[in-house]
Amino acid sequence: MTTASQERPIGPGNAQVMNRFEITKRLVAKLPGEEAVIGGIGNTNFDLWCAGQRPQNFYMLGSMGLAVPIALGVALAQPQRHVVALEGDGSLLMQLGCLATIAMLKPKNLTIVVMDNQSYQITGTQPTATAFGADLVTIARGCGLTQCEWAADEDMFDALIERSLSGDGPCFIAARIDTKPGVGHTDRDPPRITDRFMQGLGTKQ
Amino acid sequence: MTAMAAQPEGADRTWNRIICDVLKRHEVRLATYVPDNVLTPLIRDINDDNWFTSFSATREEEAVGIVSGSVMAGMRGIVLMQTSGFATLANVLASLPMVFQIPVVLMVSERGTLGEFNLGQAAVARTMRPVLDSLGMEHHTLSRLDEVEFIVDRTLRQAYATRAPACLILSPLLTGGKVLK
Repeated sequence: MTTASQERPIGPGNAQVMNRFEITKRLVAKLPGEEAVIGGIGNTNFDLWCAGQRPQNFYMLGSMGLAVPIALGVALAQPQRHVVALEGDGSLLMQLGCLATIAMLKPKNLTIVVMDNQSYQITGTQPTATAFGADLVTIARGCGLTQCEWAADEDMFDALIERSLSGDGPCFIAARIDTKPGVGHTDRDPPRITDRFMQGLGTKQ
Repeated sequence: MTAMAAQPEGADRTWNRIICDVLKRHEVRLATYVPDNVLTPLIRDINDDNWFTSFSATREEEAVGIVSGSVMAGMRGIVLMQTSGFATLANVLASLPMVFQIPVVLMVSERGTLGEFNLGQAAVARTMRPVLDSLGMEHHTLSRLDEVEFIVDRTLRQAYATRAPACLILSPLLTGGKVLK
């Protein structure tokens, strides 16, 4: 496993600034099968939608901050299926307590990916607290999660995702991203999203 | 409690025991809660029973998210909270279980009425039923021991049959509520 060097630990200040759509595509390409992916509000699920729709994807529309809790619920209900939560920095800051809950329960089949552009991009790029020094990996570690890393670059992002899918989670992966908006829009049809997702999870015909 | 001819076996059972049994009968396996004094016996029954996966969430919103995920993934769940916790939920109820048609069931211990001593609890409690009504969310109040089984059973049955969230309110008439000693 790649670890931060003692001289220069990887953090939000020196991690490569990547692009949400590009790393979302990389994530989806790394999924070997029917892993569930929960996309958080706004750009996060827009880029997940545009990266190729899968029946195991859930596109969350209004309940800002709840992508990680939803992913936890799926992970608890289906321990044999790996579950990935995709969140933005603003959303995660809104619901930090869920990291402590996950550290308490330690679901092995859960990966949390936070994409940090240090701003509320979709509402006008107002800065979030991560722009002023809040470090989401340090916060996750402080909540009791032990496998928490910043991705130094795209290769390390791929490696962290691959490792997290091995079933020895929970894993927390943070990526610095630019402030580009999502490349498209999710079709906002909640009952259809639920139906497809449940079919993808094998809980509905 | 007066023994009812129609339910001779239920007369000596506690509200918490009855609720626990009905939840099991409906295959509810996940219970998340932000604790409350009045809920303590129910939380204890649930925590002591291996049937349930049960744990505390840090916020009621978080618990609604967790149960929404588990229900879609085939594990029925319930969220236990107090009136003040319910008051934090309007947005997530509207935008997640209501519009995505996910049968998340809430159980709220009712503070703020019938002997409340905390002004804040009394003030926030008045928002609960208007919020439930304006959300269009099915809700029932449990106030009599002899009605607990029927109301909980039918509420769960309807929630799962119609894919609609529902809320059960535990009145101080049933639980005794919380009063200053």
